Formats: sequence, structure tokens, C-alpha cells
Amino acid sequence: MATSDSSPVRLLYDVRVRAVLYQVVAVALVVGIGFYLFGTVSRKLADQNIATGFDYLSRPAGFVISQSFISYDSGNTYGRAILVGLLNTVWVSVFAVALSSVLGLVVGIARLSRNPLLSTLALLYVEALRNVPLLLYLFLWYALIVAVFPPVREAWQILPDVFLSNGGLIVPSLRWSSAHTGVLVAAVLGIVLACFIASAFRRKRVATGQGRMAWPYVLLALVIPPLLAMLVFQPDMVVNWPEKGRFRITGGLQVTPEFTALLVGLGLSASAGIAEIVRAGILSVGRGQWEAARAVGLHDRQTMRLVVLPQALRVIIPPLTSSYLSTFKNSSLAIAIGYPDLVMVSNTTMNQTGQAIEGIAIFMLVYLGMSITISMLMNWYNARVALVER
Amino acid sequence: MSKMITKMVAFGLAAAAFSVFAAPASAQATLEAVRKRGKVLCGVSPTAPGFSYADDKGVRQGFDSDICRALSSAIFGAPDKVDFVPLNTNVRFQGLQSGEVDLLSRQTTMTFSRDTSLGLDFAPVVFYDGQGLMVASKLGVKSAAELSQSAVCILPGTTTLQNLEDYFKPRNIKYEAVVFENPDEWRNAFFSGRCDVITTDRSDLASVRAIANDPKQYVILPETISKEPLAPVVRQNDSNWRDIVSWTVNALIAAEEYGITKGNVDEQLKSKDPEIQRMLGVNGDLGKMLNLDNKWAYNAIKQLGNYGELFERHLGEKTPLGLSRGPNQLWNKGGLIYSPPFR
Repeated sequence: MATSDSSPVRLLYDVRVRAVLYQVVAVALVVGIGFYLFGTVSRKLADQNIATGFDYLSRPAGFVISQSFISYDSGNTYGRAILVGLLNTVWVSVFAVALSSVLGLVVGIARLSRNPLLSTLALLYVEALRNVPLLLYLFLWYALIVAVFPPVREAWQILPDVFLSNGGLIVPSLRWSSAHTGVLVAAVLGIVLACFIASAFRRKRVATGQGRMAWPYVLLALVIPPLLAMLVFQPDMVVNWPEKGRFRITGGLQVTPEFTALLVGLGLSASAGIAEIVRAGILSVGRGQWEAARAVGLHDRQTMRLVVLPQALRVIIPPLTSSYLSTFKNSSLAIAIGYPDLVMVSNTTMNQTGQAIEGIAIFMLVYLGMSITISMLMNWYNARVALVER
Repeated sequence: MSKMITKMVAFGLAAAAFSVFAAPASAQATLEAVRKRGKVLCGVSPTAPGFSYADDKGVRQGFDSDICRALSSAIFGAPDKVDFVPLNTNVRFQGLQSGEVDLLSRQTTMTFSRDTSLGLDFAPVVFYDGQGLMVASKLGVKSAAELSQSAVCILPGTTTLQNLEDYFKPRNIKYEAVVFENPDEWRNAFFSGRCDVITTDRSDLASVRAIANDPKQYVILPETISKEPLAPVVRQNDSNWRDIVSWTVNALIAAEEYGITKGNVDEQLKSKDPEIQRMLGVNGDLGKMLNLDNKWAYNAIKQLGNYGELFERHLGEKTPLGLSRGPNQLWNKGGLIYSPPFR
């Protein structure tokens, strides 16, 4: 036996050796094909005198973008233009995810209501939104906004200095500077600190059964950092009032109809899916849990909040992750209604430079990276709420 | 193991399919390929009134489409040996580079960077366009200089966005650019007042205005903010094919200059003018030099008519677009359209 074990033929029949061999072959094949494709494409492009590479990212873009969170003008580079597009994508996605979560939770619970009117309305809401493609809804919301609201020159003044028109919602705002950003950061830090203090107090109370009231400390944590920052940075409180010009209203904070239509479209459509996820989650919690909660004297709302939802969360989180991911990716439909997201900026870039392969590679990588980040965050949260098995 | 083999075969096929992605562009390959196929593959605009659109019978009509037909006549002696491939602005160059089409005849602006970095060559300009601006007449705007703080509706994937910035920036005019992928949304946003200004090539603005409920409510401003010389495009490194496309266009232009029309081309065969004789293949070997039949130009003119006839048929004042010749008049009548001599 000892001699035959070492023979190469025998080795090939060893299950473990085979498993490793298959994997090596598979990886080599994939890498080899990757190299071959890359080589072929670059050679063919060179043969046809088509420019390649990412040098163009540092050339001036020469086009304007209607909404930007970082300073940008047409003299900036293509790289920066793409970053502006990415930030716009993230901005609208974050709001859409928040909107869809809140609406989805409410509608999902309403779907299970014993009130027939409420549950039927929720059913209609879900089915109407779920069964029509998102793109059509985007066209619908945008057409509605543009048709229902008056042109800018006849804008409705709904409050003093607040204007509503098909050019968007315009409200007075502060003239923003880096000092304001400093105060904002301080305020956010304060909120984080307050959360930590609150949870520390709660832990102590749970552990020892006694504890002092947390709210004065929480309040201090909320108020002191921004106040300090105000003193340090001394931001100018100059209000940027909207002003009617010949064509548009200038100044103030402007929420464009493209953003609103995209937010509403993404948010509502995703909320229908989330409502179903929430409903499934709630139904997955055993009837015994409800009965037990009622037996200890909790009323319906408490049962839902304290007993059912925390358990339902474990079922809800994984499909919710996919829902968030598709909301993020669906934001690329923005291009249909004129919101300057990553895809739109990349498209313009590709058209001006003619370098489509690089352009598409960039936005695929960015979407991949962002999606993986979202999944990781959600998986981390999932691990926290999952049942701890001992 | 058999599963493994299936997978490997699948991978191999996928790799092979990918390697076809870029067609080789060796000298004279295009004409040979076209002859072998028996068809010219012509990239055109999907829907551009006057230039290229499908009529109610599904037949491609328009100025750009007829240029393809003229080419088909020059090569095959018949105008119908064309397959039209509608390509939108975003994929047109890739379509040509990859060999999906033999040429683009689809309102493409000739620019330095397109010529130098995309592996492409341009044939002579067939239409001198320029970007214009249109506003509602009730705004009382007389000039583009008054457009400060306006919102402008734009289509992406063309040079329009950059032109606008190049024009407005040095004049310190701030504006909001609202960019639409979809032409219907783009037009509706303008008509509903989301934007104050709509901008694209002047020839296109004419067709946008033609669609409006009341065209008189809109006025095209006098400024032309960019030069948009529209020309057919071919792949680089095939000089013979480029010559064929270029001289077919030139023949249509020269025909107008010498008074050769679709109707009188047969009489013109008897012309005493040596240049006309050379061009129509009565004398000399010009066609052979292009590797075509000596009757190439005769066939193109006989089937489609001269440049002026093409223009009047699809774009001129009797059509819905109602464009005047303007810069697209012949050079000896005050325009820019000019053909080098046939000798």
C-alpha cells in the first residue's frame, strides 16, 4: 500500500488533491481569459488609433452640472465632475432609502390591520407601486410636477420668501462657509456623544437596577459641542434670500423638480417592496408571542414595538439589504428625467472624450464598491440583531 | 468532469465572441467586405425629422439616408443595397469602430478630438449647422446676451453642453443646465416652462418648433453659438473607402454646380464639358481609380439627384423643416458648399 500511495496516478484519485486541482484550474482559466480579453481589447484599440487610459480624468471637463455639493465649475477636471455625479447619486439614494423605510414600515403594518379600509388601501398602494416599472413612474412623477406647478415666473409664494413652481421649491438659506461646516460637524459629534451617554446609562440601569436620570447629560452633550464650535469658528449668519429675476428665482436653497421626482419615484416604489418584507417579517413571529405579550398586560402598540418588531427584524434585515441595494442602483434611472447623477455625468464624459470602455469601467467599479459597502453595513447590523445562539 | 468540459467550452466561446469585438481595419478591407455582403451598412439617426426617420411604411427617409443611398448607387448601381442601422449619439462611434456599420451618415459634428483620438476619419461636410437657442416669444428676449440666470434644457451625448459653456462662460452668463437623455422629456420640459431656453443645432430647433402646439409662440435667437459642420464618418486606415465616401459626396455637390440633375443626367452624358465627361464616366477612368465602376457618379445622380435636390427634398423651404440654404448654398452663390475639381 505504501508504495502505491505515492504513485502520481493514485494521487490524482485522492479526493483532496482533486479538489485543490480543480480550483487551481478554474482560477487559472478565469485569470487567463481575463488577461486574454484585456490584451485583445487594448491591442485592437491601439490598432485603430483609439485613445486609451485614464489620462482624460485630469483634463478640464468644460461642462456645467446643475447640482453640486462640492465647488465645481466647467474649468474643473473630468475626475471632479464624476465625483460630483457620485455625490448626487449618494445624496438622492440616502433620502430615498430613508423615505422608503419609513413608508414601507407604516404600509407593511397597515396591511395587517384589522380595519378593512386601511388594509385594503395598503394593499392597493403596494400592488399599484410594485407592478409598474419604476421608469414609467419616474416619467409620471416628473410630468406631474412639471405640469401641476406653475412656471417660475408665476411661482406660488406659499410662505414669505418660500416659492413653489415647476422650477422647484426655493427657501431662504444661510450663506454657507467652512465655518458653518465646522459647526455642523460639531453638532453631529454631539449627537453621537449623546447616544453613547444614553446607552451607557441604560446599560448601568439594566445591570444594577438603579441609575440616575440620563437626560440632563444627554442635553448637555447635544448643546455644548455646537455652542463651542460657534464660539471658535464664529460663522456669519447671513441669510441668502430668494430673489425674483427676469427668468428664474435666484439665491436661497433650491430643491429641483428632477430631484423631487427621482426621490418620490425611488422612495415610493421601494416602499411597496419594503412593506411586503415588513409584513412577512411580522407574520413570521409566532402567534404565541402576541398572546404571551397580551398575557403580561402589554397593549397592542407595545406588543408590536417591544415584542414583535424586534423579532421580525431578524427576518426583515436580509431582504431589506437587497431592497436598499436596488434603490441605490435604480437611482441610475435619473438620466431619464434630467437629474445629474453618476451615470449622466459619465455619459457626458464618455461622449466628449470618446473613451467609453474606461467610462463604463469607472461607473461599474463605483457601483460595485458602493453596493459592497452597503451590504457590509447591513450585514454588520444583521449580525447585531440576529439571535445569539449559545 | 463533463460539466467541467462544458464550462470550458462555454468560456472559450465567450472569449472567441469577444475577440470579434473589433473588426480589423486593413487597407481596402471595407469595400471588399461591402461587395461580398452585397450591402452597405449605414449608421443613421434613429429619429431626426428631415435627416433620418422611418416613414409610415417603415422606409428610411431623409437627407442623411439619401447620402447612404447615393453611396449604394455608386458602388452597386442601385440605391437599395443599404441596410440602415439606427445608432443613438452615445453608441455611434463604437458602432463604427467595431465594424457594426461601414460609415456614419448621421448628423455628426466634425471636431479635432473626434478626428484624432477615436480612430476615425471625416468625409466632406454635407451640412453646415450651428447651435442655436430658442425661447418663448412672450419673454421678449432679443439676444443670447440677455439670458443670465435662465434655465436651459439640453440633450446629452453631443457637443451642445460644452458649446453652451464655451459661449456663456466668457460672457459671464450664469445659467442652470437641465440635461435630458430622452428627447420627449427634453421638449416637454421646455414647452411646460421648466426651462426658459432650449438649445440644440439650429436644424433641430426648427423641427422642435414645428412640433409645438403653436410654433409662433417660440422664437429662435439670432446667435449661432457654435460651428457644427456635419459630415459622414468612416474608420481610419482605409483610404480607399474614405475616398469613395468623400468623392460620392463631392459628385453630388459638383452635379449641382454644373447643373446636372436627376432629370437631365442622361442628356448631360452628351455634354462637351471635359470635367462633366470625366465625372460621369464618359471619358477617363476616375471610377476605376476608386476601384468602382466608371458610371459611379452617374448612377448616384441618376438615382438620387444632386446636392441641391436632396436638400430641397428633405430640408428645404417646402418641407416641414422649412430651412433656407444659408451657409449650405453653393460657394459661387454665397455659401460654403464646395467640391474640389474632378480631374
